[in-house]
Amino acid sequence: MKGNEAIAEAFIRAGADGYFGYPITPQSEVLEYLMAQKPYETTGMVVLQAESEVAAINMVYGGAGCGKKVVTSSSSPGISLKAEGISYMAGAELPCLVVNVVRGGPGLGTIQPSQGDYFQSTKGGGHGDYKLIVLAPASVQEMADFAKLGFELAFKYRTPVMIQSDGVIGQMMEKVELFEQMPRWTNEEIKKISPWATVGKTPDRERNIITSLDLDPARQERHVYKLGAKYKEIEENEVRFEKIQCDDAEYIFVAYGSSARICQKSIEIARAKGIKVGLLRPITLFPFPKKVLNKLADQVKGMLTVEMSLGQMIEDVQLAVNGKVKVEHYGRVGGMIPSPDEIVAALEQKIIGG
Amino acid sequence: MDIKDIIKPENLVYSKSKLFTDKALSYCPGCGHGTAHKLVLQTIEEMGIESETIGVAPVGCSVLAYEFMDIDIQQASHGRAPAVATAIKRLMPEKFVFTYQGDGDLAAIGTAETIHACNRGENIVIIFINNGIYGMTGGQMAPTTIAKMKTSTSPYGRDTAIMGNPLKITELVAQLPGVYYCTRQAVHTAAAVRKAKKAIRQAFENQKLKKGLSFVEIVSNCNSGWKMTPVDSNIWMENNMFPFYPLGDIKVPTEK
Repeated sequence: MKGNEAIAEAFIRAGADGYFGYPITPQSEVLEYLMAQKPYETTGMVVLQAESEVAAINMVYGGAGCGKKVVTSSSSPGISLKAEGISYMAGAELPCLVVNVVRGGPGLGTIQPSQGDYFQSTKGGGHGDYKLIVLAPASVQEMADFAKLGFELAFKYRTPVMIQSDGVIGQMMEKVELFEQMPRWTNEEIKKISPWATVGKTPDRERNIITSLDLDPARQERHVYKLGAKYKEIEENEVRFEKIQCDDAEYIFVAYGSSARICQKSIEIARAKGIKVGLLRPITLFPFPKKVLNKLADQVKGMLTVEMSLGQMIEDVQLAVNGKVKVEHYGRVGGMIPSPDEIVAALEQKIIGG
Repeated sequence: MDIKDIIKPENLVYSKSKLFTDKALSYCPGCGHGTAHKLVLQTIEEMGIESETIGVAPVGCSVLAYEFMDIDIQQASHGRAPAVATAIKRLMPEKFVFTYQGDGDLAAIGTAETIHACNRGENIVIIFINNGIYGMTGGQMAPTTIAKMKTSTSPYGRDTAIMGNPLKITELVAQLPGVYYCTRQAVHTAAAVRKAKKAIRQAFENQKLKKGLSFVEIVSNCNSGWKMTPVDSNIWMENNMFPFYPLGDIKVPTEK
């Protein structure tokens, strides 16, 4: 299956109630797949092509406010349009899933793969003090699995979750083992899971209000502190990463998503040359695997971040290692993908020889 | 006579809808929003659907509608209420869903969401308050500001050659097949209130019968923004707004 198809199928199987999207390359297969599958006739999942990315994210807002499992997907320029809505949802503490199949920017950029949206995903994107849980799949399998995980985390913390994929993962075909179909939540289950949801005020409770607005600065401050505490809790509990051949490593690649896949080939090439290099792959870009990187910094001589950008994640890696070892960046931009050999050459020049 | 002798159930001639919270309205004295709120809440109360209704508040003067309405309610980002309401209704088709929006919200920044929700024929009610001005931000020109009308961003009057023409969005959406019922009302006189109430009831009944989108415009005053007394603003509205925005049904259901 294609990555985009696998994640679409996973939405259905995860018991999603609604998908709201707008076509944009390289992720239009998500909406196409869902429309072809017609889950509204099987599980009852709503699939709607909105008039814009802005409308789509606000449909997600409305659905999430009713305690429903709702999701949207897009690619970079579309995510910029959704950023306002994502900020509102973070403020209103609404769980949802947003998938970004990243393409090259800035602007309309290109339709080819990129990882240039790391800052947008992890440092805001929209306005105000908020964080998203950001999951970075590196395979078609993870595209499917993270749809389920994403919903779990979104409802556990009442927060939007971003799956940051890229054009490579979205378009490539791999074997995938799909999890079993989960039932959609019943109205009773929703009332229990999300007692805050606007499903109609019954006499046994106060009215539920979904809003990100509070004109009283003291109350708004308490609210933002509460969000801050939630993000701290997420940093403590939800860090995910994969270590590949790190035990004897003298050097480390730090890469996520498709770059991490390419780095695995680079490791083979480098090790054949006698260079002991491993890979630390962040699976959550927020919360970032700071502690493990700081520990690895005691063991290795240098780290090379490999990212299809001018160097965005490198800032988090530098903060994590806090000057203990040299950290350099290698990347390609504009929709170009680095080759495994290029990466090894960069390691030799920038870290080993540098 | 002591006041206690007057306050008796048999002397009660008026009471607010029980769906109003006890929070004092944030609207300026003389503004039509309070009456429009009342009509919506009375309708919901009379139909007995308060536990099945979800409202969507906009950005604008009525941004705090959720403070006053004792129902489940979502506050949408600026202009997006029809998109928010679309999802609520699609995901919970058995519920009643309405948006309550001003002219800046519905007819400027939210034009796309308005037109597409109408065109899809979403089975919701849109209550549209048109006072020809941005009230909350202090009286700037709105898409509905009539020609030559003075606002803080058209201080010499709206020059349509430079600033464009006022938008009759209600006539525009009435053309769309998804719109089942489209009407323009007012709430400045007792007679107008009665008519507006009937229109809002009709709109909610349409939703009950799954007929599609019902669009109720209420032309209202903004005495603060227009810099007039409430009474003068209502006279000005009759003399200037109504000729451009004539009251009455624009599209009525024709059952075969």
